[in-house]
Amino acid sequence: MDTKEIKILAIESSCDETAAAVVINGRDVKSNVISTQIPLHTLYGGVVPEIASRKHIERINQVIEQALDDADMGLDDMDAIAVTYGPGLVGALLVGVAEAKAIAFATGKPLIGVHHIEGHISANYIENKELKPPFLCLVVSGGHTHLVRVADYGKYEILGRTRDDAAGEAFDKVARAIGLGYPGGPKIEKAAHEGDPFAIQFTRPKVTDGVYDFSFSGLKSQVLNYINGAQMKGETINEADVAASFQQTVIDTLCEHAALAIDEFGMTKFAIAGGVASNQTLRAAMVQMCKEKGVEFYHPSPILCTDNAAMIGAAAYYEFLAGRRDGWDLNAIPNLKLGER
Amino acid sequence: MKILGIDGSGLVASVAIVEDDNLIGEYTTGYKKTHSQTLLPMLDELSKMVELDLNTLDAIAVAAGPGSFTGLRIASATAKGLGLSLGCPIVSVPTVDAIAFNLWGSDTLICPIMDARRGQVYTGLYSFEADGQFTVVKPQCAVDFAEIADQINKTGQPVTFLGDGVSVFTDKISELITVPYRFAPAHLNRQHASSVATLGKLYYENGDCEPAADHRPEYLRLSQAERERMEKEGKA
Repeated sequence: MDTKEIKILAIESSCDETAAAVVINGRDVKSNVISTQIPLHTLYGGVVPEIASRKHIERINQVIEQALDDADMGLDDMDAIAVTYGPGLVGALLVGVAEAKAIAFATGKPLIGVHHIEGHISANYIENKELKPPFLCLVVSGGHTHLVRVADYGKYEILGRTRDDAAGEAFDKVARAIGLGYPGGPKIEKAAHEGDPFAIQFTRPKVTDGVYDFSFSGLKSQVLNYINGAQMKGETINEADVAASFQQTVIDTLCEHAALAIDEFGMTKFAIAGGVASNQTLRAAMVQMCKEKGVEFYHPSPILCTDNAAMIGAAAYYEFLAGRRDGWDLNAIPNLKLGER
Repeated sequence: MKILGIDGSGLVASVAIVEDDNLIGEYTTGYKKTHSQTLLPMLDELSKMVELDLNTLDAIAVAAGPGSFTGLRIASATAKGLGLSLGCPIVSVPTVDAIAFNLWGSDTLICPIMDARRGQVYTGLYSFEADGQFTVVKPQCAVDFAEIADQINKTGQPVTFLGDGVSVFTDKISELITVPYRFAPAHLNRQHASSVATLGKLYYENGDCEPAADHRPEYLRLSQAERERMEKEGKA
């Protein structure tokens, strides 16, 4: 293979961040622009799809232009245009997809549709230049909880996934129930610092017919029942203890599943990804677990854990090398499965 | 002067290239496929057929709304992506105006009606003067059908209805309209990007355009969440 640098403009608009980035050879991030809508959605206690879509179209050109400016490059310098086409909110995805297609069409560049979760996993390549498949990756975010064996670039085997709520979704719902507000992840983590993680014994959720699958809806119900029960008895709950105990149960569950897969598949490398992966308590627990198992642990910086386009550029590079090209009829697929084309 | 017109406001997907007084090409479909799968492949085919050099475009005219929120955004994002790449400005053409413009030279009032759901229509009232001047009698709006019917009746003038709302409101039309009325035929009664481009050219010549980055659809409606929040706050 020649030594030419492959420069990719990547666009991400699957939920409530409008993002664009320029990435060279999948690992060297030249720019990573994220326009967040979180303050807007906070008014509603969660992401409102129609508002998210409206915001994306207002911001998208500025975000892309900023990404090119920050990289000190123009569209002419790009080798391909990449975009998240699923999974996510369909209206939100469509803005990025239509925009990316038009740019690729007008500039005559190849178009590469990228799976959002593959992007999250690939975020690990950016700061860990030596990381190569195979490795095990736990993707935990507001919309996703996946335990994935990355067999090779672009080759993913899903070992487990959530049967109901995503881990981040459970954080949001519990945060709302104890009055901490949105977004729940950071709020719970902060409150948990003041609490005792072993104060309340919540049962670790188990899925009987899938050892690696997750179920966080039941845990969320346990927490809600605990809160309701206390209220019925006229007792005041210790919010910090509830937050800490809930968080600990989620972390224990995630660690347990990851450890099991590391053993069964003889993995030597383990990575985490997704918004919840920036939770420091979760990271500390994973570091400890990996140390015990003698496994190398990888994680992206918080800015690369949240939804961003640099990770899409990283994933797109390996798709580019594999010859993947999409047509002008590329559509947004809100429930796109990992490894599906 | 060369203008690309795009309309994704309704079921119809349409792209057209107008150069000066000539329609170079138009591709219009009224099929159930999503605009994400139609608009750009259609533009690609049309461009190849008429050997369009995208760099020769002076502006991109897009039916900016009202219409299907998602459809508007697909058309707008397509226009914005093209505009960003080509350094081309965008002309926002009111969707209802462009539909009315299909009936250039009509001697009746023109009333496009698009089904806006919740019993409402996206509509407006238009006419052409003897010299061909296009006049907006009532600017596009989202109203109950009864409201536009009342305005039409007050003019006492004959009216031509068109748009995808016609089939939905046929009963209402016969019930409420007291002036003579008629319906535009199939080849004229839906969105046409050639109308968007032709009107867009007029706007562009008057300097009425914007940088691609600033363009956004004109929904004429808040999102449901915003509406409910405002209602709640209004009551509180």
